[in-house]
Amino acid sequence: MSKVYKTASEALSGICHDGMTVMSGGFGLCGIPENLIGALRDSGAKNLTAISNNAGVDGFGLGLLLETRQIKKMVSSYVGENKEFERQYLGGELELEFNPQGTLAERIRAGGAGIPGFYTKTGVGTLIAEGKEHKEFPNENGDIETYIMETGLKADLSIIKAWKGDAAGNLVFKATARNFSPMMAMAGKITVAEVDEIVPIGSLDPNFIHTPGVFVQRIVEAKCEKRIEQLTVREKV
Amino acid sequence: MSWTRDDMAARAAKELEDGFYVNLGIGIPTLVANHIPEGVDVTLQSENGMLGMGPFPYAGEEDADLINAGKQTITTLPKSSFFDSATSFAMIRGGHIDLSILGAMEVAENGDIANWMIPGKMVKGMGGAMDLVAGVKRCIALFDHTNKRGESKFLKECTLPLTGQNCIDMVITDLGVFNREGGQNRFRLTEIANGVSLDEIKAKTKADIVYE
Repeated sequence: MSKVYKTASEALSGICHDGMTVMSGGFGLCGIPENLIGALRDSGAKNLTAISNNAGVDGFGLGLLLETRQIKKMVSSYVGENKEFERQYLGGELELEFNPQGTLAERIRAGGAGIPGFYTKTGVGTLIAEGKEHKEFPNENGDIETYIMETGLKADLSIIKAWKGDAAGNLVFKATARNFSPMMAMAGKITVAEVDEIVPIGSLDPNFIHTPGVFVQRIVEAKCEKRIEQLTVREKV
Repeated sequence: MSWTRDDMAARAAKELEDGFYVNLGIGIPTLVANHIPEGVDVTLQSENGMLGMGPFPYAGEEDADLINAGKQTITTLPKSSFFDSATSFAMIRGGHIDLSILGAMEVAENGDIANWMIPGKMVKGMGGAMDLVAGVKRCIALFDHTNKRGESKFLKECTLPLTGQNCIDMVITDLGVFNREGGQNRFRLTEIANGVSLDEIKAKTKADIVYE
């Protein structure tokens, strides 16, 4: 069974439905699956729960799905760059669940690794801890510290962006575009990866594969715009 | 006269020690990287998945796939490494990062910090701040002593939703340096910025601090 699809739309065919939970990789606009987000928009699936560190910007990234009101709920750590998001949230049209970034990453990792919950000290004594189980554990000095329980997260669909991939679904990410994608690949019932380049099987060094093919069900080569949010440069002296 | 943002960053940079792994927050803390003392080798961690953050790229050499946690384009160093977000926060939560320098909206006299939301206004989110203050060995808060209305941001208790409890070890503001390390519960004023009087600090500080 081939995992390779010709277009982003074909790669999502038959797997998008209303009310599903979608994980989308990326940090800011870095490493987001631009083409698969567009294909998800075009699928028309609505009432989506989107799990993603950020919510894109107006008119780009997950901002596209906010514009069309396809997202019912966002699970994120930081959403500060999106006016449409702000408008929908303040207007009560959009649900929002904040997670500390490390907690979000670990919840996704745990979900994909078959771990239903774990304890962390992140967020103890804050709004994040409200309604969550608290438990005490001794630290290495024997002092008692309080932790809260967080649950693992899974998704019906994970859409991620990688640098290179092969027909077996093995993926290599580039630089800081890796971020949440390897964990999301594990946590998706179906994971679809878009890559800058599909390379022949055998050309990726098995020692340097970031995401093994078992976590990836579909793969598509697609060109990304790769927008830069904050262009910062220095002068040549 | 008080310290400028660059002065504050330069003062914070004196806390860096050779061999330290350091996470710098967005805003004034980012400027600390410009003041790393000669002969002190520190490795900067960026929570989006990089150790060994290099300077901004030369114009035309920027790479959209290579950014810091402030979404700014950056470069690598020979010692750099990349990793996923779960590994990044294993470093942070697991106590492997020596120092976190972060901005604050409010800090309380018991070391509580608030820097992620203002109820009723837009909530941007905590990003990695809650993980940093919970997990990093030592946390320094770097902020302007008062807000735009001249009100103290160094308080008896935080009024905004907390980022973390009892986690700030040192405060550096435009007026001075306050330390509660070495088993002390209360912050002690340890340095006064050039041209600032003790009376001004007392007038602009609501936290109960040791002055001597």
